[in-house]
Amino acid sequence: MKEFGRYMIFLGSLVVRRETFITYYRLVIEECMQIGVKSISLFVLVSTFMGAVTTVQTAYNLVTPLVPRYVISQVVREMTVLELAPTIMAIIFAGKIGSSMAGGLGTMRITEQIDALEVMGINSSSYLVLPKVVASMLMYPMLVIVAGVCSIIGGYLVGTLTGILTPTEYVMGIRSIFNDYSITFALIKSFVFAFLIASISCFKGYYTQGGALEVGIASTDAVTSSVIAVLLADYFLANLLL
Amino acid sequence: MIKIKNISKSFNDKSVLRNINGEFDKGKTNLIIGSSGTGKSVLLKCIVGLLHPDTGYAFYDLRNFTDADKDVKSEIRREIGMLFQGGALFDSKNVEENVMFPLDILTKMPYDEKLDRVNFCLKRVGLENVNKKMASEISGGMKKRVGIARAIVNNPNYLFCDEPNSGLDPQTSILIDELILEITHEFNITTIIVTHDMNSVLGIGEKIMFLHKGDKLWEGSNEDITHSGVKELDDFVFINKVMKSLKGTKLV
Repeated sequence: MKEFGRYMIFLGSLVVRRETFITYYRLVIEECMQIGVKSISLFVLVSTFMGAVTTVQTAYNLVTPLVPRYVISQVVREMTVLELAPTIMAIIFAGKIGSSMAGGLGTMRITEQIDALEVMGINSSSYLVLPKVVASMLMYPMLVIVAGVCSIIGGYLVGTLTGILTPTEYVMGIRSIFNDYSITFALIKSFVFAFLIASISCFKGYYTQGGALEVGIASTDAVTSSVIAVLLADYFLANLLL
Repeated sequence: MIKIKNISKSFNDKSVLRNINGEFDKGKTNLIIGSSGTGKSVLLKCIVGLLHPDTGYAFYDLRNFTDADKDVKSEIRREIGMLFQGGALFDSKNVEENVMFPLDILTKMPYDEKLDRVNFCLKRVGLENVNKKMASEISGGMKKRVGIARAIVNNPNYLFCDEPNSGLDPQTSILIDELILEITHEFNITTIIVTHDMNSVLGIGEKIMFLHKGDKLWEGSNEDITHSGVKELDDFVFINKVMKSLKGTKLV
């Protein structure tokens, strides 16, 4: 509970004694480049294989001839949009971006760079953390959309090239009984997950004390805590919004 | 001038500083000295506001900094320059961007004017043609110089240096000390230096405060330090054979 209280105070400190809008604008753009552009290849790779594997495994489990084969791509679509793209990618996001945020801030803390900002009269938490949180909330939903598209393409390539189903069947399954609220739900989840991952990781990094060993511990803690928070939030959001 | 009054600080029931009083004069290099773990850096952090003292206050030219509201604190902090032990340069920025950073954040100067100021400060600390080098590409001594350039770029009234010679060879240490001394006189600023380096103490200690186990035991100048009559200070100063052989003689 004490840790949770510190986290809430930390969140409060992000929005007080702010710098100018233009300062944040520049920082957010820089962070978007770090978070979004530099992660896209990993997201494309992972999500393409995820879609491919989902197609193969769904086909493997559908043994009865009574179920039409286009159901395979329907399952791929639903799994991708509802869970795989927003949630599994969130775990990858926590591993790549969350640990990097915690490690970066932890290093800045132990090398007195954060103290240097404070001495200059700058609210270091707001200056360093707020742009990361905002950039994460801007970029992660876009990465989720890219991941969703790649997953479905991955499923299409594997499904059609290995003869599991024809291109027409695959497209038919993707288009049948489509509820566009699934997309809205996935995007709401991605906003929430991005906020949780960025803020928790920064919190862990910002309060690092000690040396290099503690920076490593903070990075690991950041990933562990972010993933737990994402899974809890996933459950609550599913109960609340579906 | 900076004045401190009854500053005490504890961590988890361990008393680190007890009722420290003192004055740090304008236009002079004021040294806080003592062995490792005596509370020098904690005192410096209490003065600059990185730590809040349990009791006591720091006054910047009669302005109470410790209990000031955020706006006044921010205003005073804009008059402060600080050199950290490891330089504390921002890894993601090059030398020029590091030095320009306080100007970017605290002023609305046009870019050309900022660049002129940055080049002036880098030249003043003896660094030229290193503007585009990253912080990780320069030596420890150069990092300290860049740190000094960043600390003075905003024309501060108060300069704080936390162990400016740590990790440097004796020759570079002396150069850094002389640079700090020159800058202090040239810009007439109040400089406080935390150190345990005897070369600095004897070379630039215009006013010295000696701390021992959280208490202030002595105050004076480098001219008086060898005949203070304080046992703990003598133990600190005359630590090696060379210094012991000079005991009783006037060193400065």
